[in-house]
Amino acid sequence: MTSVVATTNKNSNASLVYAFLYKLVEVFTEYFKELEEESIQDNFVVVYELLDELMDFGFPQTTDSKILQEYITQQGNKLEVAKTKVPTTVTNAVSWRSEGIKYKKNEVFIDVIESINVLVNANGSVMSSDIVGCIKLKTMLSGMPELRLGLNDRDKGKTVAMEDVKFHQCVRLSRFESDRTISFIPPDGESELMSYRINTHVKPLIWIESVIEKFSHSRVEIMVKAKGQFKKQSVANNVEIRVPVPSDADSPKFKTSTGHAKYVPEKNLVVWSIKSFPGGKEFLMRAHFGLPSVETDEMEGKPPITVKFEIPYFTVSGIQVRYMKIIEKSGYQALPWVRYITQSGDYQLRTNS
Amino acid sequence: MMTKHVRNLLSLLQENRGLGSKMTDSKYFTTTKKGEIFELKAELNSDKKEKKKEAVKKVIASMTVGKDVSALFPDVVNCMQTDNLELKKLVYLYLMNYAKSQPDMAIMAVNTFVKDCEDPNPLIRALAVRTMGCIRVDKITEYLCEPLRKCLKDEDPYVRKTAAVCVAKLHDINAQLVEDQGFLDTLKDLISDSNPMVVANAVAALSEIAESHPNSNLLDLNPQTINKLLTALNECTEWGQIFILDCLANYTPRDDRESQSICERVTPRLSHANSAVVLSAVKVLMKFMEMLPKDLDYYGTLLKKLAPPLVTLLSAEPELQYVALRNINLIVQKRPEILKHEMKVFFVKYNDPIYVKLEKLDIMIRLASQANIAQVLAELKEYATEVDVDFVRKAVRAIGRCAIKVEQSAERCVSTLLDLIQTKVNYVVQEAIVVIKDIFRKYPNKYESVIATLCENLDSLDEPEARAAMIWIVGEYAERIDNADELLESFLEGFHDESTQVQLQLLTAIVKLFLKKPTETQELVQQVLSLATQDSDNPDLRDRGYIYWRLLSTDPVAAKEVVLAEKPLISEETDLIEPTLLEELICHIGTLASVYHKPPSAFVEGSRGVQHKRLPARAGSGESAESPDVGQSGPAEAPPAVIPSQGDLLGDLLNLDLAPPTATIPSVQPSMQMGAMDLLGGGLDSLLGGDIGGSPSMGAGLGAAPAAMPAALGSAPAVGGGLGDLFDLGGGVGMPTGAYVAPKTVWLPAMKAKGLEISGTFARRGGIIQMDLSLTNKAMSVMTDFAIQFNRNSFGLAPAGPLQVLTPLSPNQTIDVSLPLSTSGPVMKMEPLNNLQVAVKNNIDVFYFSCQYPLSLLFVEDGKMERQVFLATWKDIPNDNEAQFQIKDIHLNSDAASNKLQGSNIFTIAKRTVEGQDMLYQSVKLTNAIWVLAEMRIQTGNPNYTLSIKCRAPEVSQFVYQCYELVLKN
Repeated sequence: MTSVVATTNKNSNASLVYAFLYKLVEVFTEYFKELEEESIQDNFVVVYELLDELMDFGFPQTTDSKILQEYITQQGNKLEVAKTKVPTTVTNAVSWRSEGIKYKKNEVFIDVIESINVLVNANGSVMSSDIVGCIKLKTMLSGMPELRLGLNDRDKGKTVAMEDVKFHQCVRLSRFESDRTISFIPPDGESELMSYRINTHVKPLIWIESVIEKFSHSRVEIMVKAKGQFKKQSVANNVEIRVPVPSDADSPKFKTSTGHAKYVPEKNLVVWSIKSFPGGKEFLMRAHFGLPSVETDEMEGKPPITVKFEIPYFTVSGIQVRYMKIIEKSGYQALPWVRYITQSGDYQLRTNS
Repeated sequence: MMTKHVRNLLSLLQENRGLGSKMTDSKYFTTTKKGEIFELKAELNSDKKEKKKEAVKKVIASMTVGKDVSALFPDVVNCMQTDNLELKKLVYLYLMNYAKSQPDMAIMAVNTFVKDCEDPNPLIRALAVRTMGCIRVDKITEYLCEPLRKCLKDEDPYVRKTAAVCVAKLHDINAQLVEDQGFLDTLKDLISDSNPMVVANAVAALSEIAESHPNSNLLDLNPQTINKLLTALNECTEWGQIFILDCLANYTPRDDRESQSICERVTPRLSHANSAVVLSAVKVLMKFMEMLPKDLDYYGTLLKKLAPPLVTLLSAEPELQYVALRNINLIVQKRPEILKHEMKVFFVKYNDPIYVKLEKLDIMIRLASQANIAQVLAELKEYATEVDVDFVRKAVRAIGRCAIKVEQSAERCVSTLLDLIQTKVNYVVQEAIVVIKDIFRKYPNKYESVIATLCENLDSLDEPEARAAMIWIVGEYAERIDNADELLESFLEGFHDESTQVQLQLLTAIVKLFLKKPTETQELVQQVLSLATQDSDNPDLRDRGYIYWRLLSTDPVAAKEVVLAEKPLISEETDLIEPTLLEELICHIGTLASVYHKPPSAFVEGSRGVQHKRLPARAGSGESAESPDVGQSGPAEAPPAVIPSQGDLLGDLLNLDLAPPTATIPSVQPSMQMGAMDLLGGGLDSLLGGDIGGSPSMGAGLGAAPAAMPAALGSAPAVGGGLGDLFDLGGGVGMPTGAYVAPKTVWLPAMKAKGLEISGTFARRGGIIQMDLSLTNKAMSVMTDFAIQFNRNSFGLAPAGPLQVLTPLSPNQTIDVSLPLSTSGPVMKMEPLNNLQVAVKNNIDVFYFSCQYPLSLLFVEDGKMERQVFLATWKDIPNDNEAQFQIKDIHLNSDAASNKLQGSNIFTIAKRTVEGQDMLYQSVKLTNAIWVLAEMRIQTGNPNYTLSIKCRAPEVSQFVYQCYELVLKN
């Protein structure tokens, strides 16, 4: 594990410090793949160079790794050719996109990804649920294109009330504030354009009922029922239902109506995986564990059951991209491609064992 | 500054991992043997460029891991003149590190800096100016001024933005130099730069410099500069936005319109993906909305806009979540309405880090209300069965706090706590008992049915707080617990091993028990009194023991009244932040201060933290003073003004206690015991009543302990005096200067009263209200048969006896009379409140006049409120009832003022000093039992005091204020 530490001798902006440290790790990771002792030793010259650009006298400066890569290159020998120009991007108002980018085929890929966070109490009542969505872009556009994204959140009769929206720094916030238009010059390549939160009571898409019976000194019996509470046409992929078991459990036995169950002793979990889980269907898993006759005195927490899944071609909030207008002065035609996916976020169901 | 420390990271790395392949830099970390320095020297002076560069890298690697390579200084500096950027950077790095230890040689580098600052490559110019500022060698700094000046005006914004930061660096080394060279003005000019990044860095540098010059007005914020900053805000990087927002937060708009327009331009930042930008924007908004009138539509809009971004911060990385939560904790105290509907987002997730869990729990309690209490309780119960001990304890405590906060939930909370006690998990049981004690306090005689269950767990309690709580419960409800004496006796066995907290509680509990069941428990009380007074060297315990003893023996009825007195209310929330501190912390949202919940001065060394920030005043803030009779109806919209918890404030104030000097105690002690002995004889009879009236066993029983005391007692002649001294001490120390009595004024002119002139004034002497009258006969004939009567008035003032004019009043004669007044007369609200209509009769006629009395007349002697009660009451009184006044031109220090006020029964309960400002917390009790609470702020050197008065009957505030003014000015 790598720890990153900052120190200060004044009443510094604490959120800035943490936000910066996370950014620092992100930049290092993009440069060195893994941030660890070895990679820092292997690249200490670049590390020094990066630190100089990232921060000056405690003030964060340029932290966009795409821009940094334009003038802090990893290969030492490339630096032989002395750079004579600061990339204008560094100090530009558009500090996230370089000039002179060229693509043969101009395309934008738009991913709308929604994560469902659910907290269900042991008695089956939903304590909290919300949707955290984000729109990711993969931009392969030449020049300095102006983009405008239209969503269906303002359609008449349709109320997708986004509780809170956060934008990439490329989006003109004051414009959005005044007329809800999302207009921007996109960063090149992959980026997260925006994220939003919707505070609505969604039916948990995969509903779990569980009975975990613990017979002290003898055994644990687990019964889990999973139900797909979404449209029949949709299919949840790569479903994983993780059921906690006591740390001293042994000799697992499973029975499943679909998919397969596996005991992961180092995490004290049974993981029940279902490749493909159609909407409206219901499946069952039973597990049986032995318990030692002498039990540990240690108190164990009550970890919840967690669920992972992905449902493609579907957003639970109903949000849709209406249009993406792309205007560049050279006048090329560009195609936007849109994908939708709904997935589990922090999806926890408490158990009463 | 931070870079330096991030760099230290590198030095944490181990040296010889030997892992690096030949292709990576890690090979530089492998040490060569002994002659390393020598070898490096040779390599540095090599003709081959590549070899040179390799050597410099090795040097830097050694430096990074903390080896001393300063001996190579001249050789490394020789490599400085190169057009290889990478090599140059490394050499500069070396310079920064060693210049200070080799100042003379560092001068060799100056020329290169000067040259590099004029290099055609802006990267090199910027590199030079960036490095220059990090070379903290006095001799060198002045050489760097010219290059810096050029770079500040460079054509390339990259160089300008670097130069702007360099000014701050230079200022840190030599502030005078920076001022003399006019760099501050140049920096100010950069605020108007065309490039947003340059503007942002200039703002950051100026803010940093301004922090060390609190009063310099360096930033000189005015509507024009603010406008420039707001424009740059839309264009600069996320970090620049933070610099600008933090700088904006220091500005105080001229009026609410300007405030609103700034808020409007700042709100879009709430949608920024960077949490720090959001939090800094929240700071600006929280501060500026203070100036907006609450009835403004925009005010409501703004409140609504703040909630969603705050909630979203909770999906950030855990450390950022924590910072957000600590700030939300402040925001919830300042403006609870913002997040009141967002309870469930604070529900704890299983995988939250513990620091996040604890903080969420705290906020949950703050947001708990009747509307959401069921959900909250269900959650808390869930948490109480977790495994993390700190978290579980806090959850149990939270259940108790809910019971106290939301009355409707108390019953459910109690039954939840009982369920938890049944778990028999030791620390859960103990926490539960501690909070149940508070619930008993808040709702007396309601939940005592659970006492039996509690008693079952007596043996498992091993923490002082839990033991003390349990003992308190047994003592308080002794009459309902059959074996209370046995239970308490069992604790008595190990009395000396208990903590003071438990000992004190045990002493009180047994005395309570004795007062409730005197017949069976004499021995027990005897035992505990003797343990406390003779065998303990803890002064608190001993003094309490003596007081009880004396009380019991002189006046058991009084003892009953004292020990079993009705308890004052306890406050709902115990850890609220004091309002002035809260205001200051709101101004520091997002910073370390907001995380520590401490003002910067508490943890920043030197001058930087000294500047105290305050929220701006709301437009038309005189409202509370102007309309003292605003009804109590309607919930207080304003944030709850709160009195500091005992932890924060009272800790500071303890030294205000007028405790008798310890030095006097030894001489007094024998007399105490003597007194105690005296009273054993008959004192208890009245308590015991007819049951054992005069039973000798009683007297003898109680007498036994003191009899064991020094035999010389009887011969101490000054016993009585000693006692008197001891008991007078409380009043004697800090004896006030006496109440102010206004000179007499003419109330009834002779013209209007057929020759009778009455002038008079009011006074309060030793608890007695007196109307001092001078009656003058200006007529020609003798006056006789005087009598006086009052009309009904606001406080029921009435003559306590007849007007004593015994001899007839001859012409031209004046007679002074003092008429004692009572407050038991009929009550009618007068206008003004302190108006008194009087009728005086004599042999000639009846005359009427009215006069106004100072309200201080009604300030009773026992108007000193308990601190705890003060805290709770202050919080309890709606904010609309608070009125603020200025008392001008007072040239007293706070102690003198406090003394003076005490003479008129305005009691200072606590004093707190915050950076040259004294805050006096004061209480006054009126004859009709109305309490008036006040906070008086006195700033050294400022003759104007600020007085905030809170009272359930706000119409009296103004008159109380008048008394303050009267007393302080005379």
